[in-house]
Amino acid sequence: MKELVCIVCPRGCRLTVDEEQGYKVTGNSCPRGAEYGRTELQNPTRTLTTTVCVAGGLHRRLPVRTNRAIPKALLPAAMAEAARVRLQAPVAAGQIIIPNLLGTGADLIASRAMPAAGA
Amino acid sequence: MAETYQLIVIGGGPAGLAAACKAWEQGLRRVLVLERDCELGGILNQCIHNGFGLHRFGEELTGPEYAGRYIAMLAETGVEVRLDTMVLQLVPGRDGHPHEVHAVNGKQGYQVLQAQAVVLAMGCRERTRGAISIPGERPSGIFTAGAAQRFLNIEGYMVGRRVVILGSGDIGLIMARRMTLEGAKVLACVELMPYSGGLTRNIVQCLQDYNIPLYLSHTVTDIRGHDRVEQVVVSRVGPDRQPIPGTEMVFDCDTLLLSVGLIPENELSRGAGVEIDPRTRGPVVAENRETSIPGIFACGNVLHVHDLVDFVSAESERAGAAAAQYVQAQDAAPGAPAPAAAIPVQAGEGVSYTVPQHLHPAALAAGAELFFRVRRVTKTANILVEDANGARVAKFARTHLAPGEMENITLPAALLARATPPLTVRIEEVQA
Ligand SMILES: Cc1cc2nc3c(=O)[nH]c(=O)nc-3n(C[C@H](O)[C@H](O)[C@H](O)COP(=O)(O)OP(=O)(O)OC[C@H]3O[C@@H](n4cnc5c(N)ncnc54)[C@H](O)[C@@H]3O)c2cc1C
Ligand code: SF4
Repeated sequence: MKELVCIVCPRGCRLTVDEEQGYKVTGNSCPRGAEYGRTELQNPTRTLTTTVCVAGGLHRRLPVRTNRAIPKALLPAAMAEAARVRLQAPVAAGQIIIPNLLGTGADLIASRAMPAAGA
Repeated sequence: MAETYQLIVIGGGPAGLAAACKAWEQGLRRVLVLERDCELGGILNQCIHNGFGLHRFGEELTGPEYAGRYIAMLAETGVEVRLDTMVLQLVPGRDGHPHEVHAVNGKQGYQVLQAQAVVLAMGCRERTRGAISIPGERPSGIFTAGAAQRFLNIEGYMVGRRVVILGSGDIGLIMARRMTLEGAKVLACVELMPYSGGLTRNIVQCLQDYNIPLYLSHTVTDIRGHDRVEQVVVSRVGPDRQPIPGTEMVFDCDTLLLSVGLIPENELSRGAGVEIDPRTRGPVVAENRETSIPGIFACGNVLHVHDLVDFVSAESERAGAAAAQYVQAQDAAPGAPAPAAAIPVQAGEGVSYTVPQHLHPAALAAGAELFFRVRRVTKTANILVEDANGARVAKFARTHLAPGEMENITLPAALLARATPPLTVRIEEVQA
C-alpha cells in the first residue's frame, strides 16, 4: 500500500494505491485520480510547461507545453530540446513547435498566440 | 463632456474579463475595460504552468490558455477595451449619480469617464521584503517570486543560479520547479509556519519531484553579500515563531526569492471610501459582490486572495451580472437605490474570514455560497453554520482542512429561511 497526493488537479485528493491488488486506487474523487495513482507507481509521467525563444514578437518568450504527459525521466532532455528552438513571430495558439518530442508521441505546442511586435 | 458608460471594469485580468463578458451577456451595451498592461489576461500571462480551468472548462489549461479563452469570449462581444491605461482615481457618485473614473494613457492623455456601475478587478500584488523586514544586508539578488516569474517567463531573463526560497506559497513552489528545470539549483524552500501555504499538489510536483527540501517552522535570519547575495542564513523557529539561537544553517547562494503572500491592491477602493475588511484586505461585500457603495462591485484577487482562477471567474460572473442588474434597475427607476438590509456572516472559531461578509435578504431565496479560509491544518472536522441562537443551520464534514486552500460551502435557501441572523461559520475538530 502506498499513499500519495493526486496532482492531476488542484483538489489534491489523498490516494491509497495497493500494489498487491493490481494497483487498485482508493481516495480519488474522479477517474483521472485512479489513472494517476496507477501510472505514478509504474511509469510516472508529467506535462512539461516551459518557454521558448521568439523573435519579433510582443514578448521575447513564448510559453509552450506538451499536449500530453511524457515520462518524468525525459524532462531534462525535453528542456534541452526546447532550448534549441528559435521562432519568429507571429505564432498561433496551439501551433506545433516540436512534433513527436523525443519520440514520445507528444507534441510541444504553443500555449498562447504571440502577435508580431506593434501588430 | 465626460464619456459615459453603463459599466466600467477596472483591471483586465481573469476577474475583469469574466465580469465584462457576463455584464454584456446580461444585456449591458456600453461596457469598458481599463487595463494598465499592454495586453489583457493579468497575472495569468506569466503563469505558464498548467492547472487552470479544471472546474470551469473541464480540462487542464496553462495560465495563458485560460486567459486566451476569456479574451476570445470578450472579443465576441462589443465590450470596449483600453490597454496601457492606468486608473488613478475612482470618485463615487452619491444618490444615484454616476461614478467618475479618472484614468491616463499615452494616446488619450488624462481622461475622466462616467459610469453607472463600476467593477473593481485590480488583482493583488506581492508582499515584499520591506513588508516582512528580514534582517541583513541589501545586496541585489532578492526578488519576489512573481517578479522573478515575470522576468523568466515573459522577458527571458534568468534571475540566478543558486536559489533559496522564503515562503511556501504557490508562486514560490512553482518557481522552485521552474528554476530547477532551467538549470538552477534550488537549495531550500523555507516556511515560517509549521505547514505549507501552498496547494499540496504543488509540494509534490514542484519540491518532492526535484528533491528540494522544505524546511517548515524555519525562517531567514540573515542575508550576507555586498553587491550580490552570497549567503542566506536560515534558523528554526519556536512555537512563538521566534528564531532559536544555535539552529542556524548557512546556504551559499546568489538569489533569494520571496513568496510571502499577496495583498489585494485596494488603493483605488480606499480612495473612493469603499469599506475594507481588515482580515481579507479587500472590500466588504454582499453575496452579489456589491461593496459598501451602491453600484461599485469587487471580484477576484482584489476582493480576497484566491488559489484557483476557476473560482475567480465564477465570482466575477456573479459581480458582472449584479452590476448589469443594478444598471437595469437604475434605468427603470432613476435616483438613489433604496439601502439594502444585510444579514451579517461572522467568522467563528477556526475561521479567519468569510466572503461575502453579509447577505441581502432578497437573495436568500436562491441560497448562498460562502467562501472562507481556516486558521489551522485539521484532519477530520466539521464546518458548522450557526444562527444567533446558536442553533445549527448546516453542517459539512471534511477530512482535510488547510489555510492554504480556500473552502466553500453552499447553504440551501430552505435552511436559511429558518435561521435567525447573524450567521456564524466555525470549525469543530473531530477526534479520530
Ligand atoms: C504566480 C501565481 C500562480 C498561480 N497559480 C495558479 C494555478 O496553478 N491554478 C489556478 O487556478 N490559479 C492560480 N493562480 C491564481 C490566479 O492566477 C489568480 O487568482 C487570478 O489571476 C486572479 O485574477 P484577477 O483578475 O483578480 O487578478 P490579476 O490577474 O492580477 O489581474 C488584475 C489586472 O488589473 C490590472 N490593474 C490593476 N490596477 C490597475 C489600475 N489602477 N488601472 C488599470 N489596470 C489595473 C492589472 O494590470 C492586472 O492585469 C496563481 C496566481 C499567481 C500570482
Ligand atoms: S482524484 Fe480527481 S478530483 Fe481528486 S485531485 Fe485527482 S484529478 Fe482532482
